[in-house]
Amino acid sequence: MSRLYMARNPRVAARSLDGEMMIMSGRDSTLFTLNKTATILWQSADGTTPLDEIVKIRICPEFEVEPAEALQDAETLARELASHEILQISEEPIPQPVAGAPR
Amino acid sequence: MSVSLLQEMTEKAMARNIPISVQVDLTYRCNERCVHCYLDHDDHGEMTTAEIKHLLKEMAEAGVFILTLSGGEIFLRKDFFELLEYARRDLQFCVKLKTNALLIREREAARIRDLGVESIQISIYSHRPEVHDAITLVPGSLKRSIDAARFLKSQGLRVIFANVLMTQNMADYPGVRALAAELGIESTLDPTITPMMDGDRGVLSLGVGRDELRQVFRDTSLVGDAEEFCAISTNDSNEDALENLPCSAGHTSCYVSPYGDVFPCVQFPLPTGNVRRQRFIDIWRHSDEMNDVRSIRVKDLSTCTSCTHVSSCSRCPGLAFMEGNMRGPSSQDCERSFARTGVPSANMLAKAKAKPARAAANLVQIRALPTMAGATA
Repeated sequence: MSRLYMARNPRVAARSLDGEMMIMSGRDSTLFTLNKTATILWQSADGTTPLDEIVKIRICPEFEVEPAEALQDAETLARELASHEILQISEEPIPQPVAGAPR
Repeated sequence: MSVSLLQEMTEKAMARNIPISVQVDLTYRCNERCVHCYLDHDDHGEMTTAEIKHLLKEMAEAGVFILTLSGGEIFLRKDFFELLEYARRDLQFCVKLKTNALLIREREAARIRDLGVESIQISIYSHRPEVHDAITLVPGSLKRSIDAARFLKSQGLRVIFANVLMTQNMADYPGVRALAAELGIESTLDPTITPMMDGDRGVLSLGVGRDELRQVFRDTSLVGDAEEFCAISTNDSNEDALENLPCSAGHTSCYVSPYGDVFPCVQFPLPTGNVRRQRFIDIWRHSDEMNDVRSIRVKDLSTCTSCTHVSSCSRCPGLAFMEGNMRGPSSQDCERSFARTGVPSANMLAKAKAKPARAAANLVQIRALPTMAGATA
């Protein structure tokens, strides 16, 4: 089975407002608020940790759900966030720019 | 931007005392010399790159989401892109820029696009160079600003023309709007002239008069249904309005000058602290001045509570402060309400009542003159 990797879209704006994540799309300035699961996906989207690991480490303990079911839901959610250009998703790790390096 | 969700988030921010939106002026230096500008363009010790980055980090930690970078002319700072990159890539602010755009060419436009800036507001005073350039006092400035707007648009960026309505350009706002529409650009029109930072109010004479304002408020292309827009508010809505906040200044937004001074708003010059000496969040939460501004409700306003326009007035507490009392009326907004509805504000009525009394006092003095010893009237 292929693995899914996620990275935050660098063109969005984001801020946690008292635990609730606000995201503004870089495409059309649409504002989104993320629910708890989507916030975990956003915070964990480092381009290198596969989704199944994020589900296992962050989501299952938080919500007490079966890993297979949680992974399916998380993948649906990740694809939805990608459709709004909030996340980038790929079946390969997504290289991230090094802080301070020329871009 | 999705207005209802933003409003909902703003309400949450207010309930939690979070400054969701902050304007930072990076410099007061400018490459234009607009006749109506309220700024002194000298550099009196701007914050360094490190100081601004430190401030931005503190602001992000405080929950600031919308960051407006303005000036002066922001592109005169040599570290502008370094700061912008830090704000966007490292701190993920929603960044809006205010600029005259004279220094934006294809390269800068592409870089702004790469950094995911939300919008760029460009000051455009007329569609005619002879009018715009006479306001900026820079020959060729309209062409350069329009060229920059095209570069930015070609990068898919959101551009907004900001037009300040004055006697000099009163006739040209339809032309600016038409130009904006042709370029696929939004436009705003604002008749507010802000007094100079040193308190000089002479610049207010550039503002448009009542008749012109009345004409603007009845322009259906601007206001939609003019009858509805110019309607007088009802008693019921006035009563409801008394518990309202005068505006977002100090509640969910504030302003930081290039020298690190924090104010409730760019148009509200009440010093509340300085980020060179205090943490941004401490000023926001604990400054006596900020808390004083925050405590004001419409019902606390002197004069305005009894005004016909209390629920519909655009009263700016900063302009009122510059008139001497942040709980008092703002004459510019009184004029607007009058121009819109034809009904004088409580402030205007009070002033009119006071005038004959002053005249009478003067007359008494004049009448007394002939009785003075040696007077030869």
